[in-house]
Formats: sequence, structure tokens, C-alpha cells
Amino acid sequence: MENPIISIRNLNLYFEKQHVLKNINIEIPHNKVTVILGPSGCGKTTLLKTLNRLVDLHDHVKISGKIMLDDKDILVPNIDVTGIRKKMGLLSQKPSPLPMTIFNNVAYGLRINGLRGKRKLMPLVEKHLREANLWDEVKDRLRDPASRLSIGQQQRLCLARGLAVNPEIILADEPTSALDPISSTVIEQQFAELKKHYTIVMVTHVLRQARRIADHIVFMYLGEVIEQGPAREFFNNPKEQKTRDYLKGAFN
Amino acid sequence: MYNFVRKTKDTISEAWVKFVLMLIFLLPLVILASLLNKSWMVIQTSGIGDLLFSSVWRPMAGQFGFKPFIISSVYVTVLGLIITAPVCLLSAIYLTYYGSKRMTAFMQPIIDILAGIPSVIYGVWGVLIIVPFTGRFLAPLFGYESTGFSILSGGLVLAVMLIPFILNILIEIFRTVPHEQMEASLSLGASKWESIKHVAVRRSLPGIVSAFALGLSRAFGETIAVLMVVGNVVGIPRSPFDTGYPLPALIANNYGEMLSIPMFDSALMFAALVLLMVVVCFNLMSRYVIIFMEKRQ
Ligand SMILES: Nc1ncnc2c1ncn2[C@@H]1O[C@H](COP(=O)(O)OP(=O)(O)O)[C@@H](O)[C@H]1O
Ligand SMILES: [Mg+2]
Repeated sequence: MENPIISIRNLNLYFEKQHVLKNINIEIPHNKVTVILGPSGCGKTTLLKTLNRLVDLHDHVKISGKIMLDDKDILVPNIDVTGIRKKMGLLSQKPSPLPMTIFNNVAYGLRINGLRGKRKLMPLVEKHLREANLWDEVKDRLRDPASRLSIGQQQRLCLARGLAVNPEIILADEPTSALDPISSTVIEQQFAELKKHYTIVMVTHVLRQARRIADHIVFMYLGEVIEQGPAREFFNNPKEQKTRDYLKGAFN
Repeated sequence: MYNFVRKTKDTISEAWVKFVLMLIFLLPLVILASLLNKSWMVIQTSGIGDLLFSSVWRPMAGQFGFKPFIISSVYVTVLGLIITAPVCLLSAIYLTYYGSKRMTAFMQPIIDILAGIPSVIYGVWGVLIIVPFTGRFLAPLFGYESTGFSILSGGLVLAVMLIPFILNILIEIFRTVPHEQMEASLSLGASKWESIKHVAVRRSLPGIVSAFALGLSRAFGETIAVLMVVGNVVGIPRSPFDTGYPLPALIANNYGEMLSIPMFDSALMFAALVLLMVVVCFNLMSRYVIIFMEKRQ
């Protein structure tokens, strides 16, 4: 692959003695949607959390291997972890708005980056809410607590909040699994829009969704990468037997 | 027949539960009524205003000004809470977010033991350690003269007693902050401390307020440990190194001996009434604050 934005080399991860990620090698293309597929429990969430170093929060994790981002290994101990997390926002499976107003949820990341004052914040908050296709629904109630939004709106708010940090990469962990079909579609369309400016790495176990939006596919099974490549090739001409079984719905 | 027995049992146990609930509901009202009844005499004679705001305390002459006691109580309580609040908050944050699992497991029983120590023992410890420390070290340091039996000693002993009590509640509260929200904040590139400040503390604010309000009520009513270290001299304290005489200490020191003087007896009941009202008000106010804050999240 030419100029992958992230390349993962020989990544192994253990929770205590459980070998969760087994010798992972992945290349993630720039400004494309990479979908990570696989049955539940195969390590997809763990992989995303390793990318932005959220696994650091767990006790008893052991990691080896390299994750290269802009030619720098982000797994070395003395790296600026908050810097990495700003570059790679994570949208989690269950929307988790922060315990504050809608406005402040989006302004949160901006403030962390040192921006102050409502006059400077307001236009940016609007811009990112528009990017997440939420502005029209909340523009009259920016002062409401975020917890009053519907789940689908909350997920879009989380997306807007993540975009406000100005990431290069958006990591999304089954971002539509908790949502109703209409909200899912909205998020999906938004991703198609966003890939013009961002690299998106999205976990899903919904095959149809992967077919709709993936440019690139990584298929994992029991902690290993079984097959990866351009989406069309993956779906039309899978090379591995396990992939064929999976596409036929054998593991679901 | 069998059904009849079951039904009867049901009816009886339901009636019993209702009766107990009724008692719990009535208890505060009964206490309030009896205190009011007993203190009615002194209220009639001296008037509420004089009782609360006069500082003339001459029981034998029938003059009961509670101002010195009320001020002592407020002084000791506020001092205790001011000393204890930052300690508890920071320790709870440390134990929840920074300490290792082993450290938390080690500290938890210690906190529980501290919470269970009878207040007399805190009082004795206060006399042995805190009083000399205040008298010989702190007072000269700030240019005061003091025997050590003082408002400050009372505040320090209270602070120590409150730590396990408030700390336990705070730890419990911080544990309820969803992991996902902390992760969301960290994912945005916030540092750990920023995430704690803006997410964990903010979300827990109603709980933190109620923890401190509970502590405040407890401190205001704490009798024996404070009584042992504040000096119990009637007078309005002018500095933390002055002696004081809080309301609960007044009641505990005089009740029983003074039953023979009806007006003094009535005055002490009035003191108890004030104590009760203050504690109830703390509770209601904190409840209001909590509801207000929860609405805004
Ligand atoms: N914090 C943790 N501690 C121990 N084991 C974990 C932890 N998180 C995940 N695992 C284990 O790692 C494996 C992969 O989990 P996960 O990455 O969540 O899978 P997926 O997202 O693909 O469903 C599972 O077997 C799970 O039990
Ligand atoms: Mg998962």
C-alpha cells in the first residue's frame, strides 16, 4: 500500500494471560473508510483502544509490537499520549455525552486546546454540529443538558465533539449499534461525507453496513487478522476459507 | 382454609409494615413537639429574639442568651469542615483514580475502622495530642496565647472524625461515574486531571454537596469529642485560639443537674430545639441544591 497513515506491525496484546491480539499486521489507507469486521469478542474494540492508547487505563495489559503513525511509533512509553488522542478521536459504541450542556460538550475539546470565550467558541461549535448533521435539531437548545437528547442525537453530538478537536483520524467502535435504523443511516451518510477530510477506521459487525461504506476491509477472527484488502476485492473475491464462511453468515 | 391462613398472614404483615413506617414518619414530629412543649416556658418568658441574639448568660438570674453557644457551634463546625473538605476530596480522587487496586483494598478497611471508633476516643486523643499541639505550637506560631483548649482544637478533632465518614461517601460517589465518560474525555485529548476535574467532579457535584452537608449536620451535633477539647467557657470566641462552648456541650454538661430549676431545664430544651432545627435546615437546603444541580446535568 502506498503511504498508509497507520501501519501496525507485529502487535500482540495480553490481558493478564489471555492473548487477545495475535501478531496483528494492518495498514490503514489515508482518507478512506477502513472497516474492521469480525464476530464479537475477536478483539476489535481492544484494537481501536490500543490505537489511541486507551488500553493504558486497564491494569495488567502487556503490549508488544509497533504502531507507526506519521513514521513514529506511538507505543513507545515516553510519547505524548494526549497528542495522539487528539489526532485520533474515538467514537464509542454507546454514546456517552459529558455531564454538561450540548454547547459545552462540543466546546470541551476546543477549551482543552486553549480556546476561550463564547465569541470564539460559538462559530466553531456551530460548524462541528453542522458537520455531524445535528445543528438544526439543537440550535435552539444549546443550553440544555446533553443527556436530554435522544440516543441517536447523542451519538451525533459525540461525533461533533470529536470533530471539534480537529483529528486526522476518526476511530468508531460500532457507532450505530445502539441506534435506531434512521439515526444509523444519518451517521452512515455523515461518515461518507467525512471521509473527504478524515481517515475513518470503523468497527462493525453488520455486513450490509460494511458493504455500503467500506473502502478497505480488515477481517479479524479470534484475535488474528485473517484477510485484509480493498472492499470490492474482499467481498467479491475472498481468498480465505474463513472469510467465505463469515460472508455466508456462518459466525453470526 | 390454607388460603385463609395465607391471606390473614398477609394482612397482618402488611399492617405491621404500615405501622412501623408510620412510627418512622411520626418520630421526628414527636421529638419536635416534645422539645417545643418543654421549651415553651422559656420562649414565653424571654422571647425568641432574646434567646437567640442576646449574649447575657445568667441562668440563676433567669437570663438565657444563647448567642455565645450558637457562635461557638458554628465556628467549630465551619472550621472542622473547612479543614476536612479538601483533604477528603483529594484523597477520594487519589484513591479512586490514581491509587493502585492494592492500595485501595488496603485503605478501605482502615477507613472503615476509623469511621467506627467511638467519639470519646477521638476526644481523649484530642486532649492528649491536639490540645497541646494547638496550645504549645500553633497558638505561638500565630502570636496568640492559649491553653490549647480552644475552638481550633475542636475544629481539628471534628475534622479528623469527619474524614472517614465523608471520605467513604465520596469514594462511593466517584465509583458511580461511568467509565465511558472518563474515556470519552480522555479520547478528546484531555489529560487525566482535566478529565477528573471536568467530568468526574462535575458529575459528582450533587453527591459531593450532599456528602458535605451530611458531614456538616454530624459535626454540628457532635457532642462528646468536641466538649472535651473546646474549654467550655461561656463567651463569644474572638479567635480560633479562644475557648468556646458549643450547644451540644452545653446540653450534655448541664442536663440532669439543672432539672430542679424549671426555667433552666426549659432553656436547655430550647438549645436542643435549635440544634434540631439547624440540622433539619442543613438537610433541606442540601436537598434543594442537589435537585437544582441534577436538573442542570
Ligand atoms: N479490560 C479487559 N480485561 C480483560 N479482558 C478483556 C478486557 N477487555 C476485553 N477483554 C477480552 O478481550 C477479548 C476481546 O474483546 P473486545 O476487544 O471487546 O472484542 P470485540 O470488540 O471484537 O467484541 C474478549 O475475549 C474480552 O473478554
Ligand atoms: Mg466491541
